[in-house]
Amino acid sequence: MNAMSNNAEAFLRRAEALATPAWAGALRRQGLDALAKSGLPTRRAEAYKYTDLSPIARAEFGAAPAALARPALPAPRGRARLVFVDGLLRADLSTLPPRPLSDAAAVLGTVENSAVTPVAALNAALAEDGMFLDIPAGEQAGLIELVSIVTEAAGPIAFHPRHVLRLGQGASVTLLETCQGPDGVAYLHNPVFEVVVGEGATCAHTRIQQEGGSAYFLSSVHARIAAGGTYDNFTLNAGAKLARNEIHAALEGPKAACHMNGAQLVGDGRHADSTTFLHHAAPDCASRQTYKTVLAGRSRGVFQGKILVSQAAQRTDGYQMNQALLLSEDAEMDAKPQLEIYADDVKCSHGATVGALDEAQLFYLRSRGIPEKEARAMLVQAFLTEAVDGVADETCRAALDEAVMGWWREMAA
Amino acid sequence: MLKIEGLTAEIDGKQILKGLDLEVPAGEVHAIMGPNGAGKSTLSYVLSGREGYEITGGSVTFHGKDLLAMEPEERAATGLFLAFQYPVELPGVGNATFLRTALNAIRRQRGEPELDAMQFLKLARGRMKELSMPEDMLKRGVNVGFSGGEKKRNEVLQMALLNPSLAILDETDSGLDIDALKIVSDGVNALRGPGFSALVITHYQRLLNYIVPDRVHVLVNGRIVKSGGKELALELEAHGYAEVAA
Ligand SMILES: Nc1ncnc2c1ncn2[C@@H]1O[C@H](COP(=O)(O)OP(=O)(O)OP(=O)(O)O)[C@@H](O)[C@H]1O
Ligand SMILES: [Mg+2]
Repeated sequence: MNAMSNNAEAFLRRAEALATPAWAGALRRQGLDALAKSGLPTRRAEAYKYTDLSPIARAEFGAAPAALARPALPAPRGRARLVFVDGLLRADLSTLPPRPLSDAAAVLGTVENSAVTPVAALNAALAEDGMFLDIPAGEQAGLIELVSIVTEAAGPIAFHPRHVLRLGQGASVTLLETCQGPDGVAYLHNPVFEVVVGEGATCAHTRIQQEGGSAYFLSSVHARIAAGGTYDNFTLNAGAKLARNEIHAALEGPKAACHMNGAQLVGDGRHADSTTFLHHAAPDCASRQTYKTVLAGRSRGVFQGKILVSQAAQRTDGYQMNQALLLSEDAEMDAKPQLEIYADDVKCSHGATVGALDEAQLFYLRSRGIPEKEARAMLVQAFLTEAVDGVADETCRAALDEAVMGWWREMAA
Repeated sequence: MLKIEGLTAEIDGKQILKGLDLEVPAGEVHAIMGPNGAGKSTLSYVLSGREGYEITGGSVTFHGKDLLAMEPEERAATGLFLAFQYPVELPGVGNATFLRTALNAIRRQRGEPELDAMQFLKLARGRMKELSMPEDMLKRGVNVGFSGGEKKRNEVLQMALLNPSLAILDETDSGLDIDALKIVSDGVNALRGPGFSALVITHYQRLLNYIVPDRVHVLVNGRIVKSGGKELALELEAHGYAEVAA
């Protein structure tokens, strides 16, 4: 490998120094090869035209401290939870006995693109830990929490957890994922999910990203959905200085469904990117995407959504909507929807809007005695409603509403 | 209660109000009639504090305070209410949430205790019944998909809940069927008393049979050009603005 000319040099060097857990072997080789060959993408790469990873390439990240931290944890919300602190799974803080990733060999690195897209390759090369959540056929697992917390003491660490989520036939799970960390610490969280949804299984995955204000969040979810299965993803991008959230989903069996909804709340000086890739590979599948981005101050939002409909995917029903609300004149939104359709009997629609708060609506609220700040908050919430309503689970929804309110309070302060 | 003196205002550099004088004492209902484009809605927006209007001269006092110096929400808390000629739709904002937020915001500014969800529902249901509004209108988005008449009724519901001391009704009668006109008028009349005044903007004398005004003013080209008793409305109806205002 020619590390000298590669912008991922620091990461490659770090990988060399890492002990390799048995489960990571093959994956790591794939990731290292991809990373050594291409490095981290620059803005010359089409998929990274709007999101510049060079601050991450230039940053110096350290290793997690040897001493285990015991941070205050949020109150439990689900039936059980898995807790990661500073990137490491903590059995002592978790209430669900995790399965070792070595049991997940059949899945690891096999879900579409999960080893080769740049963000995932970085993860593959450096993954040290992760969770394996395996829901056997027929089991209704209820609400499980996945908590990631970075402590102040850890400093600017980089961690790359590899999570595997497998649902057997007819199984179901609701996964509530929260990511938090201290402001003012430039750490990198680079999680990758490989999700395998079995026939007729249902996975509802709510992600609440509230990383610290100086953090980098590079995340990707890769899902395969079998016949009659459903994968629902809602991602709230509310934290981090730079957040990129990719979802790659493949509808592989007839009558599978995928919903990807999201909200991005982007404060002054921050950058949030939601990039989706949806592959309709089988007939009679449905997909729905609604993304809402709220931009304040000097901030930038990105939405890129590609829908690929293979020839076999007749009677595909696809929908994609992406809307942005600009709260300041200095904010910027870039959107790139893309449809690539090879089947002839297909219903696929997409749309995008960018706008400011409606002055008439704002005045209407204020004329009823509602103070300006509160009126603005109501309109922002109303703007998000259509996307947020996609979260059916009440606990997840409450957590989401709370996070949105929290962002708004910080904004308005 | 309300005193407007020599008010001039423009929008996008175009002068609309051209020295308007008007006084509404406490407890009185005044009607304003005038041709399309005369500046009636402009007056109601200027009084309630909508942005985009430049006040170039004159003064407005409300309860002895400088109305024009207040934010729209302060004006509302001080007792001003505008029933919009064109009520605004708020998709994604539930009508119940909206009404309760407004009511509590005003109560807070007035130093009164806020109502919890149950207390509010009880109050709102009572008022809705009086206005013959179906209860499911509480669950829908504010004015979203409401018919023209339903929107107007929703304005009157807000008025009834917020309990203003001065209500400006901008063509609240247009779009109402005959029964609704009666119901809405009853709603306004129910508020009448020494602490309640209203400015009723209308094109139709008929409304004034239900809400009988103490005074009628004719607004033409940004000014009040004539004022009189309730019979002035009949005169206008019979002879038109050109003749009466000449
Ligand atoms: N943004 C604007 N720029 C220029 N002129 C405007 C603007 N907004 C309103 N006007 C003009 O101001 C004038 C007064 O309008 P206003 O809505 O106050 O009339 P009105 O008396 O309420 O009429 P109507 O009886 O039709 O409701 C109209 O001629 C209108 O075209
Ligand atoms: Mg008007």
